[in-house]
Amino acid sequence: MARSFVPSIVSANDLMIGDVVYLDASGGWTRSLAEAAVAHDAETAERLAALADQPGAVVGPYLADVALDGPVPRPLHFREAFRASGPSHRPDLKRHSE
Amino acid sequence: MYRYDEFDAAYVRERVAQFRDQTQRRIDGRLTEDEYKPLRLQNGLYLQLHAYMLRVAIPYGTLSSRQMRALAEIAERWDRGYGHFTTRQNIQFNWTRLSDVGDILDHLAAVEMHAIQTSGNCIRNVTADHFAGAAADEIEDPRPTAELIRQWSTAHPEFAFLPRKFKVAVTGSPNDRAVTRSHDIGLRMLRDANGAPGYEVIVGGGMGRTPMVGKVMRGFLPRAELLPYLEAILRVYNLHGRRDNKYKARIKILVHETGEAEIREQVEAEFRSILANGGAAHLPGEAELARIAAYFAPPALPERSAVSDREEDARTFDPVFAAWAEVNTTPHGVAGYAIATVSLKAIGASPGDATASQMRALADMADRYSQGELRISHEQNVILPHVARDDLPALHAALLREELAEANSGLISDIIACPGLDYCALATARSIPIAQDISRRFSDGPRARAIGEFRIKISGCINACGHHHMGHVGILGLEKAGVESYQITLGGDHTENAAIGERVGPGLGAEEVGPAIERLVDAYLDLRASPEERFVDVCRRLGLAPFKAAIYREDKRDAA
Repeated sequence: MARSFVPSIVSANDLMIGDVVYLDASGGWTRSLAEAAVAHDAETAERLAALADQPGAVVGPYLADVALDGPVPRPLHFREAFRASGPSHRPDLKRHSE
Repeated sequence: MYRYDEFDAAYVRERVAQFRDQTQRRIDGRLTEDEYKPLRLQNGLYLQLHAYMLRVAIPYGTLSSRQMRALAEIAERWDRGYGHFTTRQNIQFNWTRLSDVGDILDHLAAVEMHAIQTSGNCIRNVTADHFAGAAADEIEDPRPTAELIRQWSTAHPEFAFLPRKFKVAVTGSPNDRAVTRSHDIGLRMLRDANGAPGYEVIVGGGMGRTPMVGKVMRGFLPRAELLPYLEAILRVYNLHGRRDNKYKARIKILVHETGEAEIREQVEAEFRSILANGGAAHLPGEAELARIAAYFAPPALPERSAVSDREEDARTFDPVFAAWAEVNTTPHGVAGYAIATVSLKAIGASPGDATASQMRALADMADRYSQGELRISHEQNVILPHVARDDLPALHAALLREELAEANSGLISDIIACPGLDYCALATARSIPIAQDISRRFSDGPRARAIGEFRIKISGCINACGHHHMGHVGILGLEKAGVESYQITLGGDHTENAAIGERVGPGLGAEEVGPAIERLVDAYLDLRASPEERFVDVCRRLGLAPFKAAIYREDKRDAA
């Protein structure tokens, strides 16, 4: 049976800083999950993946599954959750705590 | 300390300029990521989960105070104020910006350091006993040998693209603190019956997904023959090591699959061939070996009484000092001196991390109390190798001010942990929070000292940078069904009695690991024959069954 489509976003690492970024609806890159463009179907996911091919801006873009059960897309895999939140061992290193 | 000659200095400067240019070409689009990635890796620059990470080599773990200050400045000026010391005597800066890399490397070059060959399928940073040149039990300082290998292996054209990475460790002591039996090549310095220096050559050790204890390829190799013998090993490996499968590409697999005897025969044949074809002419002569060794001449330590009244008084009247001196100092080869281990494992801290301020303070302490020298251990601690026993109380007071005086060297909270999923792109689970949790559970100093030597080592993936296979207790973080899961191994040993720990059962959830370790320790305390019998000794005497029962609460389950 075909796997039902799971909503996804495109994530990558910023070329210059190396930090985690997300593709937004305009084809730019944002550090905010709330601003990430969400693909609700395979066709959109394919389009976003193509849009993310920006080697001058980012490294290694890929689609990451998310749940849409809150105000912000929630990464489904714990690795993605850690990428979104930053290192867990020191509160001062959390993303957005600078 | 070894000082760069004009060739070393020019080479490192040229490499920095070259890499600066390569990085600029990546930034302006003339190089693609596929083209740039192998170049940055050859210069120690990784792209991790949250940022670029720069891995800087600390050859054989030896640092001058000047170099430590430079690392502090890098941490402060171009990173987030700290660095992470690793199990391979490197330091990693976790928040490097691409545009800063050239400046950082220039800064390193100014103090004779670099990040070359800290990644890639080449001969990596040569590691050594962190007590080298100071330990009372040392036969010979291993660092001249490690430096000789560093010079030979740096940019060696024949060995720049090996089947896989290649790690060499050297110890000059019969008590192996350099984990030589789990390296691709381990060298143990020996003397023959006539007192001539040489090496026991161990090949094919390793951790990772297929842990192996290295095999003795040569029981005694005369010192002068070291480089051609190493060359022979590398040539056999380069020719026959598997390049079709990265998981089977390390020399340990070649030795295992080909057989120890057959590999030995091939190595010896290649060795004879090298010598017969003019290789002997390229051997470093006694003069060159002496030139290198002179850089590591023991410091001129003023003569002192073997017993220090000042230290003895402090031990009597200051229990905090007494505990630290008992646990964190080691006998020195010179009477009246001690080796001080500075723990980077404060309770609840991230193993191996030091702030810029701590690094500077350690550099000052090295200048004041340890002949300007520091060492980084594979256990992720800092060593001050030459401290007068008279100065130990003052040193301890200075360490207290910097929150560096944890008295736990070799104890249960002195945990090795790789960066894990908090940083590493390869990791499958977090390591540091597990270490923090265990450390807090055993924060009571008297209890930890009563437990005695207890080596916990944690890796966040199967690559085993946290040496979990060789821990008395090893913890391996994996992903299982979408959550972090931790496998426990018991009975590992990183010393000359090297042993690989045995997995005891199914993985535990992250929150289950700490309580399981507490039950394990309680079982050990019940079972040991005396306080001198270490946990790993009890594992050998009784087997793992009672500890497995403690971890999985099998007694309670049976009773239910």
